[in-house]
Amino acid sequence: MSEVLVLVDAVDGKVTKPTLELLTIARRLGEPSAVAIGSVDTAPLKAYGAAKIYTVDDADIKDYLVAPKAEVLAQLVEKTSPAAVLLPSGGEGKEIAGRLAVKTGSGLITDAVDVAADGTTTQSVFAGSYTVQAKVTKGTPIITVKPNSATPEQADGAGVEEEFSATISEQAKTAKITKSEPRKASGRPELTEAAIVVSGGRGTGGDFSEVEGFADSLGAAVGASRAAVDSGWMPHAFQVGQTGKTVSPQLYVANGISGAIQHRAGMQTSKTIVAVNKDEEAPIFELVDFGVVGDLHAVLPKATEEITKRKG
Amino acid sequence: MNIVVCVKYVPDATADRRFEDDNTVDRVGVDGLLSELDEYAVEQALQVKEKLGDDTEVTVLSVGPEQATDAIRKALQMGADKGVHVLDDAIAGSDSLATSLVLAEAVKKIDSSGGWDLVVCGMASTDGSMGVVPAMLAERLDVPAVTLGSEIEVDDSTVRIRRDGDAATETIEGTLPLVLSVTDQSGEARYPSFKGIMAAKKKPVETWSLGDLGVDAELVGLSAAWSTVEETAARPPRTQGEVVTDEDGSGATALVEFLASKKFI
Repeated sequence: MSEVLVLVDAVDGKVTKPTLELLTIARRLGEPSAVAIGSVDTAPLKAYGAAKIYTVDDADIKDYLVAPKAEVLAQLVEKTSPAAVLLPSGGEGKEIAGRLAVKTGSGLITDAVDVAADGTTTQSVFAGSYTVQAKVTKGTPIITVKPNSATPEQADGAGVEEEFSATISEQAKTAKITKSEPRKASGRPELTEAAIVVSGGRGTGGDFSEVEGFADSLGAAVGASRAAVDSGWMPHAFQVGQTGKTVSPQLYVANGISGAIQHRAGMQTSKTIVAVNKDEEAPIFELVDFGVVGDLHAVLPKATEEITKRKG
Repeated sequence: MNIVVCVKYVPDATADRRFEDDNTVDRVGVDGLLSELDEYAVEQALQVKEKLGDDTEVTVLSVGPEQATDAIRKALQMGADKGVHVLDDAIAGSDSLATSLVLAEAVKKIDSSGGWDLVVCGMASTDGSMGVVPAMLAERLDVPAVTLGSEIEVDDSTVRIRRDGDAATETIEGTLPLVLSVTDQSGEARYPSFKGIMAAKKKPVETWSLGDLGVDAELVGLSAAWSTVEETAARPPRTQGEVVTDEDGSGATALVEFLASKKFI
């Protein structure tokens, strides 16, 4: 069976959930080979079905942007002639994929929400108003997959580790990271991975404590509209929408968010949508399974209290 | 300094967007405009020009159908100096690989007529929204890519950006020439002034064909695409559920009831 290369995403050496999803999807296409660049705890890779684990020392490349990683993958594609390369659909994953596609003369599909055994992908486009199915027709299929596109399934892989030393060109080491300030962990679920997302917008007036309190009562991640981010109320990493994160949780609760097309692009495929907004004309209400016309400053604290009481 | 800004003419996201029978995006039969996210790229290029002085020239480059001139014209109205429109029927249906190839060859041709130091792109288009063209372009031009900048600083030789990533806020640096992409956090794009609109009428826009760029038509377009869309389907519109009006706390109670009925509590 052909290898399927999976680029491992890890935070502080710990493999992320989307990587386990990629391994699960990779098993449909062939035999998963994880590519771990830098120091990574490889145990979960094996536990989720990696037959091979290519480990790559990153001492020489970690201060640079994506170009060296694309060179590593290109050299692995040449070595292994894989059935496909799967990468996480973030800014970095997509850029690596783009460079890899040019280097290997291969077709590229980004933001897949599903990948079938024959390599056919499903994507959600035009702000979630269309679903398309696509397929790479030239070279090695390079596919970036959105978080939450599969349920990680354990499968005992052989997990044979092989150190791979790539040749990195000087040209790949020209965009340098000169400073990095890690973000403080919020203790809440990751926005793109959460089953429930509670977001706030202009209607919060800048105070997110009620949105956060409600989110915590549901064990949810917190998101924000672009208006809230532009006002400096929340960091950009929390933005849901066209230029932020696309989320597709079981439940999305929009508070004080009018529901402009740019925001809808980031949440329209959520399973259940709920909105709280003062303005009964707000377009967000067109999408909701349940809506409350009312002031979030009154509705959310009371709802939080009732949920906490119920949960005892 | 010579700056090239890549812009895309896209279907208006607030109007109806649709596919043609061959599953390519309908770009001709719908209202289109300069992609909103590219306005930020134009803005940053203009700010560099304002900072470094008048010998800095901003060229707007677009690959697209006839109407893409509208996108170029808008950028000229904002203050860019001249435009290049790569227009060729064979380009229709091109994917990101082909588009980046045409853009790269156009940048190289601009190079032969005065050189370039900086290519500025938006973070993604508002239609395909893959966000891969800046990286592909850098790969093809064999220059660094400094991408997704939310704060931009350019001097005679260096570009420095702040990038607000998920795990960290980073400072990233590269030496010119390079490809820069900017986010919608980089600073609001200016509106064309009346003076700008009048001035744009006299600004030159060159139209180049694939032949002018020395690009083989066999390498681009739908038939040459590295991937194909096999099926497109409009998602059924969501149907509005119950909407209640909050009166003295009734809204919160109804909301909690709903969440409990769906087993979220």
